[in-house]
Amino acid sequence: MIGLEHYLTVAAALFVIAIFGIFVNRKNVIVILMSIELMLLSVNINLVAFSAYLGDLVGQIFTMFVLTVAAAEAAIGLAILVCFYRNRGSIAVDDVNVMKG
Amino acid sequence: MISDDLSVVLPEIILSVYAMLALVGAVYTGKDKAAPMLVWTTSALMLALAVWIGLTAGPTETAFGGALIDDGFARFAKVVVLASAALVMLMSQDYMRRQKTLLFEFPVLITLAVVGMMLMVSAGDLMTLYMGLELQSLALYVVAAIRRDNLKSTEAGLKYFVLGALSSGLLLYGASLTYGYSGTTLFAGILASIGDGPIGIGLLFGLVFMITGLAFKVSAVPFHMWTPDVYEGAPTPVTAFFATAPKMAAMALFARVLFDAFGSVPGDWGQVIAVLSLLSMFLGAFAGIGQRNFKRLMAYSSIAHMGFALMGLVAGTALGVQAMLVYMAIYVTMSIGTFAFIMGMQKDGQPVVDIRSLNMYASVEPLKALALMMLLFSLAGVPPFVGFFGKFYVIKAAVDGGYVWLAVAGVIASVISAFYYLRIVFYMYFGEEGDRRLDGTMPPVMWGIMMVASFAMIVGVVNLFGVEGLALAAAQTLVN
Repeated sequence: MIGLEHYLTVAAALFVIAIFGIFVNRKNVIVILMSIELMLLSVNINLVAFSAYLGDLVGQIFTMFVLTVAAAEAAIGLAILVCFYRNRGSIAVDDVNVMKG
Repeated sequence: MISDDLSVVLPEIILSVYAMLALVGAVYTGKDKAAPMLVWTTSALMLALAVWIGLTAGPTETAFGGALIDDGFARFAKVVVLASAALVMLMSQDYMRRQKTLLFEFPVLITLAVVGMMLMVSAGDLMTLYMGLELQSLALYVVAAIRRDNLKSTEAGLKYFVLGALSSGLLLYGASLTYGYSGTTLFAGILASIGDGPIGIGLLFGLVFMITGLAFKVSAVPFHMWTPDVYEGAPTPVTAFFATAPKMAAMALFARVLFDAFGSVPGDWGQVIAVLSLLSMFLGAFAGIGQRNFKRLMAYSSIAHMGFALMGLVAGTALGVQAMLVYMAIYVTMSIGTFAFIMGMQKDGQPVVDIRSLNMYASVEPLKALALMMLLFSLAGVPPFVGFFGKFYVIKAAVDGGYVWLAVAGVIASVISAFYYLRIVFYMYFGEEGDRRLDGTMPPVMWGIMMVASFAMIVGVVNLFGVEGLALAAAQTLVN
C-alpha cells in the first residue's frame, strides 16, 4: 500500500537532487535551469499528495499556480541567459565570474 | 461579495491596469521616446496612490476569504514602498537619459514589481504570498539585466535569477509542508492549528524552510551572497531601487509570516532570527571594510542594516515590530539620499563609483559634501542623526525582549561598520589632492532628493515626522 509518506519521500529526494544540481554542477547554466524546474515540480508532488491525503482541493489549486509561475520563470531565465551568452560567448558556470562574490 | 473584495485591492488593480496600458501604449507610439513621460506619469500615479492609501486608513479589511489582509501594517508598508519606488524612478530618469539607457520597459517593470510588493505585504494566505513574491521577483530579475548589451548587468541578472529562483523554491517547499501539516494555506488557519503549541515537527520544518527563503529575499547572512554582485553589476538606478522598496516589502512579509501564521510560538523562531540578525550585522560590518566600490559598499551596508531590522523582530512583541518599521522607514530614506548622490557621481560624463574619486571633494562642492556626510553619519548611527534613533529602537526592543547579548553585539557591529562610512567622510574632507575630480553638475531632481533626505536626517530628530506613532499603530494591527 502506497501512503502519504512514500510520496513525501519521493518529493524530498527530488528536492535534494535539485539543490545538488544547482550547487555541485560546474558545467553549464542550462543544468541549473533544469534543476530549478525539478525543485518546483517536487514541491508540486508534495502539494498534490497532501491535497489527496487531506481531501482538500486547495493543494491542487496551489499546484496550478506553481505550474504557471514555473513556466514564466523558465521563460525569464532563458531570456536572461541568452542575453548573457551574447555578451560573454559562453554559458559555462565557471565563466559567470566577471564580478567576484 | 466580489465587489467588496475588489474594492479592497483597488490600488493594486489600478496599478496593474496602468502597467498594461502603459506597455501597450508605449509600444504603439514612441517606444523609448515615450519613456521620460512614462516615468513621470508612473511616479505621479504611485505618489498619488501612496497619499490615497495613507489618508483613507480605516479598520482592517480582508478580501477573497482572508487571502488578502488590508490592515494598518500593510498600509504602512505600502506607503513606504510606493513613495520610495516613485522617488527612485524620478532620480533614475536623469541618469538613464544621460547614459542613453532609458527604456520604456523600465517604468512598466518597476510598476509590476511594486504591485507584487503590495500583494506581498497584505498576504493572508500562502498562495498570495507566493504569487506576490514571484510577481515582484520576476520583474526584478529582468530589471537587473535591463542593460542587455552590458556584460556586468546581464551577469547580475543571471546571478540574481538563479539564487532568487532557488530561494523561491525553498520557500515553496516550506509552504507545502506547512500546508500539509496544518491542513490549510490561510495564515489564520495555520495559527489556529498550532493553538498554544508546541509546534509539530512537520510545521517546524515548514517554518524553517520558509524563513530560509525569506532570508534570501532580505539578504540576511548566510543567504546574502547574491547581494554584492547584483548591487555592483546592475545599473545604479536599479541598485538604488533594490536597496529600498523590495527590502521594505520583504521585511514586512517576513514579519507577516512570523506573526500572522506562527505568532503563538515566538520561542521557536526567535532564536533562528537572532542568529540571522547577528551574522548579518557582523558580516556587513567586516566585509564592507575592504570595498572601494561605492555600490558594493552599499550592498554590505544594506546587509548590516537588514541585520538590525531583524533584531526588531526577534523579540516577538508589538514594540519590536514598531522598531522594525521605524528602522526600515529611516533606512529607506537614508538609502534614497545616498543613492541620489551615487547616481550624480560622474567624471567627463561617465559614471564613477570608486570612493577614492571623492578625495578632497569638500573643497570643490562643500554643500554636497556636507549633505553626503550627514547621510553617512546617519547610516553609521552617529547620535545626533536620525539613523541613531532607528538603531536605538531596535536595540531597545531586543533588550526588552530578553535578548541582551544580541543588543550588545549590535552595538559592537555598529561601531565596526562606522569605519567604512567615516572613511568616505575622511576622503572628502582630509583626503589627498588627486586628479580624480568629479564633474560638478548634478541634475536638479537628484540634487533636490539628496538635500531633502539629508535635511530630514537632522530635522527628523525632533519627532521623526510622526513615523513612530504611525509605526506603533501599524504594529498593533499585526501583533495583538
